[in-house]
Amino acid sequence: MSDTILNIENITKSFPRVVANKKVTFDIKKNAVHAILGENGAGKSTLVKILYGLLEPDQGNIKLNNKDFKVSSPAEARKQGIGMVFQHFSLFDSLSVKENLILGIDEKMSYSDLEDKLKNISSRYNLPLDLDAPITALSAGEKQRVEIVRILLQDPQILIMDEPTSVLTPQEVESLFVTLNALVKEGRTILYITHKLEEVISICDTVTIMRSGEIIDTSSTSNQTAKTLATKMLGQKLDDLKTNYGHIKDEVNFEVKNISCDFNDPFLTDLKNISFQVKVGEIYGIAGVAGNGQSELMDILTGENINIKSGSIIFDSKNIEKYGPQKRRDLSISFVPENRLGHSAVPELSLSENILLSQFPKNNFIKNGIILKNNVDEFANNVINEFKVITPGNDAKASSLSGGNLQKYVIGREISSKPKILIISHPTWGIDAGAEHSIRESLIELSQNGTSIIVISQDLDELIEITHKISVIYDGNLSEPFKTSEIEIEKLGLLMGGKNE
Amino acid sequence: MEKMNSLFPSIVSRPQNSGLMNFFVPIISIVLTLITGSIIFVLLGFDPVYALYTFFISPISSTYGISELFVKATPLALIAIGLSYCFKNNIYNIGAEGQLTMGAIFGGGIGILFHDTNAFWLLPLMIFAGAIGGALWGLIPAILKTKFNTNEILTSLMLVYVALFILDYLVVGPWKDPFGYSFPKSRPFSESGRMPLLFDGLRVHFGLIITLFLILVSWFIFSKTIFGFQLKVSGYSPKAARYAGFNQTTLVFFAFAICGAFAGIAGLAEVSGPIGLLYRDISPNYGFTAIIVAFLGRLHPIGIIFASLVIALTYLGAEDAQLFLQIPSAVGFIFQGLVLFYLLGAELLINYKLTYKKLL
Repeated sequence: MSDTILNIENITKSFPRVVANKKVTFDIKKNAVHAILGENGAGKSTLVKILYGLLEPDQGNIKLNNKDFKVSSPAEARKQGIGMVFQHFSLFDSLSVKENLILGIDEKMSYSDLEDKLKNISSRYNLPLDLDAPITALSAGEKQRVEIVRILLQDPQILIMDEPTSVLTPQEVESLFVTLNALVKEGRTILYITHKLEEVISICDTVTIMRSGEIIDTSSTSNQTAKTLATKMLGQKLDDLKTNYGHIKDEVNFEVKNISCDFNDPFLTDLKNISFQVKVGEIYGIAGVAGNGQSELMDILTGENINIKSGSIIFDSKNIEKYGPQKRRDLSISFVPENRLGHSAVPELSLSENILLSQFPKNNFIKNGIILKNNVDEFANNVINEFKVITPGNDAKASSLSGGNLQKYVIGREISSKPKILIISHPTWGIDAGAEHSIRESLIELSQNGTSIIVISQDLDELIEITHKISVIYDGNLSEPFKTSEIEIEKLGLLMGGKNE
Repeated sequence: MEKMNSLFPSIVSRPQNSGLMNFFVPIISIVLTLITGSIIFVLLGFDPVYALYTFFISPISSTYGISELFVKATPLALIAIGLSYCFKNNIYNIGAEGQLTMGAIFGGGIGILFHDTNAFWLLPLMIFAGAIGGALWGLIPAILKTKFNTNEILTSLMLVYVALFILDYLVVGPWKDPFGYSFPKSRPFSESGRMPLLFDGLRVHFGLIITLFLILVSWFIFSKTIFGFQLKVSGYSPKAARYAGFNQTTLVFFAFAICGAFAGIAGLAEVSGPIGLLYRDISPNYGFTAIIVAFLGRLHPIGIIFASLVIALTYLGAEDAQLFLQIPSAVGFIFQGLVLFYLLGAELLINYKLTYKKLL
């Protein structure tokens, strides 16, 4: 009898613009914690969604206990013995723990049966629960416990955990690890999805590293270090680097000083003492794995959130941390947040109307409260022509454009007003290669004309291609900056994985 | 569980809804309402053709009837256009009835104070006071919403009853007509405190002109000004409005104040128009029915004009049906309810489609 519980063979899954899993093949051993490690977009989530019946693979086979395993819904997956705890909980906030558990399981069960089973589970796996507490009263760690218990009630052989520690405090992480060890001792298998190197080494037995949809390596964690894992996770990205530093002036024109911000929300990352400086004409990159404080930082840089605990933002020797977005635009600071639909553009409005979301002092769009439609239309047409946006016209709805075209339009709108600073988050997220290339070109050109640019991105290739300096954000902390031309990829990988030696 | 899942339909967003449907949804809802209405009439034992004729044609087959249609449509259209400031901004102010009542109290209060004065400034002052009264009443849920994050649906609705009780108290208490034989009503306003009639012998009054003017102004604001644009953006996507730097608190205040002012003017126009004094039942739920008018008119000024006429007809039809068919006049509310029901249903089915996919 083999000790393999799950064989994954040649799994391929493509989406319209990307192949998320390319011939993924590896085995998972019974009775172990198996990590899947990779950057955002490496294909981890796609793979576990296939295992849990949320996605169907284009090709390939999966065998569970040497039998063909094919499921088309999570309910079927649970029946076959696979359970999953998601990063975001699916609990009814206003109901009690008990009610949530009863609702969440597939079989019918009386409250008294449930309580008996729960007592057993709670003591065996270090999962204490107050059955009558409403979900709203629970901490993130306790909510996660409810989710784990709900899955355990169905006695799964394999438990998939998706970034389980991302919402937990360090103490809660400790107690989760005790639970995971107890589960493995009982003969269960844990599939542990993460990007944190430290966790892989401390609690996982085997690790599969994914990059761009492919398996890079599957091996025992005992002969790995954080450094070897980081290198495998990121690959070699420094091939043809041609960063040009010539045009940067030795003059800082945007400075963030010791910004801290607490949110009191387990799904938001508190920012801790963030500082950086950007010189005129410089492109400054902020790298990091999603959910480490990027969107929280972006909101503070744009002025959408001005409730910071401490610190300051200085532009042109003015303190601007209390300025809202429009006041910052009045100083010629421009922003492009990550989401196009519903944030930097309104999908229901025309391209022309979308121009009005971002107005700079020299735009002549409004007079006495009345919109000067001709001026707005002309501006929209210029953006469309100059940035080669493919659209029937300026009256087309923003929602009718492809992601790449809309992104070109939004970035074009911001660049056309010749800002002094451009703050942009994930500039090429989810768009086609052609648009990606043209956007990166425009950003480089803009910096050469004297605009300072701050780019927040999870795409390391992108940051290495266009930036002059890179810092890494991890758990709300920003690392010191590194010159892109001299950067060591391992160092970056370690920082992204939360290890700072 | 799995079996149950396949029984429950789930709704899935449709990729693109056609603009043409915006026009057809109200028409479809009205047609379906008429069909359902006929079925109800048949079940009640009436000839549906005769019943529908009594309900929808006979009320407007005379000049007087048409004038009455405009009398009823005036407050409905005015409140509905006011409500569209809120609804465009995704603020669910359903307390227009209270704002109407408060407008009638403020404006009517001036009318009572100057009951023996005849001067050209009296009516404009009453209209102004009516607008202020409605706006102030509308600002209460706005403050509660922006300061304490309360749900405006609840607060604005509850304030309706507060306003009605205040009116009740005034007309049985301090503002009771000393020569009114103890009836719960105020003194009549003086002649110059009344809305001028547009035609001799017909009740249609100057309020109609005010309404048309405010609809025109609103059309201009919605389509040409940055304020109208800001309302629209923060309704479609609050995040985009925040990104643009629009002050959403100010927008909430303005939307409530404008809506309250319009409802207040509508209330004042009722008491200084057809009624001529303050008493308990100044409005047959115009403030609530206007919500239907606003949605039936797709929050568009032209649409609201047509919708107000259609809904006003259900008021008149109900009266005629009671008179000639001996059907309770509540049947008018049934028609209003049916229109809203089909409107919301059609709206849902245009934006989403039903599927019977497994949920979990």
